[in-house]
Amino acid sequence: MNPSDILLRGTDITRRWGGLVALNKVSLSLARGTVHAVIGTNGAGKSTLINILSGEIPPSEGQVELLGQDVTQWTQPRRARAGLGRSYQRNTIYPNFTVFENCRLAAQANHQKPWSFWASAQQCDASTSIAHAVAERAGLKDMLDRSAGLLSHGQKRQLEIAMCLATQPQVLLLDEPLAGMGAEETERMLAMLQELKTDHAILLVEHDMDAVFRIADQVTVMVNGAVIATDTPANVRTNPQVRIAYLGEH
Amino acid sequence: MNRLKNLFVLAAFAAMALFPLVAGNYGIDFVTKVMVYAIFALSLELLVGTTGLVCFGQAAFFGIGAYAAVLLSPQADAPSIAWLLPASVLAAAAYALVVGALSLRTKGVYFIMVTLAFAQMAYYVVHDTPLGGGTDGIYLMMKPVLGTVLDLDKPLALYGFTLLCLVLTFAFLGLLGRSRFGRALAGIHANEQRMRATGFSTYPYKLAAFTISGGIAGLAGFLFAVKDGFVNPEMMSWHLSGAVLIMIILGGLGHLRGALLGAFAFALLQEFFKSEAVFGALAKHWHLGLGLSIIASVVLLPRGLVGVPAQIRDRLVGASHARGAGHESV
Repeated sequence: MNPSDILLRGTDITRRWGGLVALNKVSLSLARGTVHAVIGTNGAGKSTLINILSGEIPPSEGQVELLGQDVTQWTQPRRARAGLGRSYQRNTIYPNFTVFENCRLAAQANHQKPWSFWASAQQCDASTSIAHAVAERAGLKDMLDRSAGLLSHGQKRQLEIAMCLATQPQVLLLDEPLAGMGAEETERMLAMLQELKTDHAILLVEHDMDAVFRIADQVTVMVNGAVIATDTPANVRTNPQVRIAYLGEH
Repeated sequence: MNRLKNLFVLAAFAAMALFPLVAGNYGIDFVTKVMVYAIFALSLELLVGTTGLVCFGQAAFFGIGAYAAVLLSPQADAPSIAWLLPASVLAAAAYALVVGALSLRTKGVYFIMVTLAFAQMAYYVVHDTPLGGGTDGIYLMMKPVLGTVLDLDKPLALYGFTLLCLVLTFAFLGLLGRSRFGRALAGIHANEQRMRATGFSTYPYKLAAFTISGGIAGLAGFLFAVKDGFVNPEMMSWHLSGAVLIMIILGGLGHLRGALLGAFAFALLQEFFKSEAVFGALAKHWHLGLGLSIIASVVLLPRGLVGVPAQIRDRLVGASHARGAGHESV
């Protein structure tokens, strides 16, 4: 693989909370055009890993590189503007705003101009056109004027993705995008991820193993804050260590 | 619906503009005071209602605007509004910038306490040092003027000027609210974590809002000092910070016209419970009546006065729903 296609790389990331080691020398890299799944039991450190990669919390040790630059010291907003998008395990939308405004405000992050207070935000053509595009891509174009808090759970997850895309990121960190979704919604989301994969590098934390093994190109297995395997789905499935530690076979 | 809201605001401003035609000196003085409170309440609405930052030290900025107006005025001749007003606003905004820079590093109840602490600091500086005349306060020797056009010593001129300031503040905050800056503040209120994940550095946004808010409170303080011709430390006391918070809660958080309504409702309630004609000897204990009526309004009007039409509508729709359900079960 061409090394310039590695969009995000974490090297030896360690995070300690007091005496507890939540992450222990975790390394992984995300390449354009791939879905890299991270699986592991609850408490394995998956969300902590996403939080560190996205800059929400700093690592105790280790390094994060985004598009070839060392961004370990960068704040989360700065990483986001540089092309890193993330979604949360719990829905983090703006529930009082319309679906459209959720998307538009996210798109505004790249067109902030806070000093132009006399101009209405609705007149910001760049952000409104992106908002229309991402809402359509996420299958929400028929409910632009609906209050986001009134959407179904699945639609809220779609909106999360739409908001992620509105900042036009190159790397997507998705924390359990399929959680709580019905079969039909899951299919729709997987189809969308499949399509997004062509021009993004995607990190997928997910509990739905069927989905993971269908869509992932690489799978990293974590146990107790450490990586025990990183491989193709087929190899991970047959890896004896993984079978013992995670898939529950003895 | 939006048109209705705009109509309400326009009607309110028109009523204020026409009020001097029918009012006496007392009425003009009273409404001037309320309009100053309304500007003050609008300043806090930007923080609490729009951005979700509960500031419990807003009186400091009000007081600094007022003290700046008095302290910067020359002794012998009338100062010009053209420089005294901006200077007062900037003095308040500067303090807000410092307070905001430090207090915005905290969140929630800590933010409330830190803003209170900074306001108390300002209070004790004027209360316990000779700088601002101590507990006695100081007088404004000459009311500011604008050339020969405007003399704020005349009650009617002050009334008109205060109304103009109120309308401009309202319009400014209205524009701000629908601008990208305002939408970002609303986003911070709704979900700051998501805003940061999206790429907004939220701290500078909040600091800008805090500073603007302090400046507007300073404008209100300036007008109050000019109206009374006198400032004292009580203008920075936490009672006033609390009162202005109650105004915007009473009016309805999240709406500019809520601040307007709240300021009027608060002042009218205060006037009502102070009235000896109604309460006789009890009028001395007006705090009791005011407090009880505020508790009652918070319980009965959770969305404030601006929410009353919607509440009535819900009640009517809810009642008809209940009737409909009753029919089905029969």
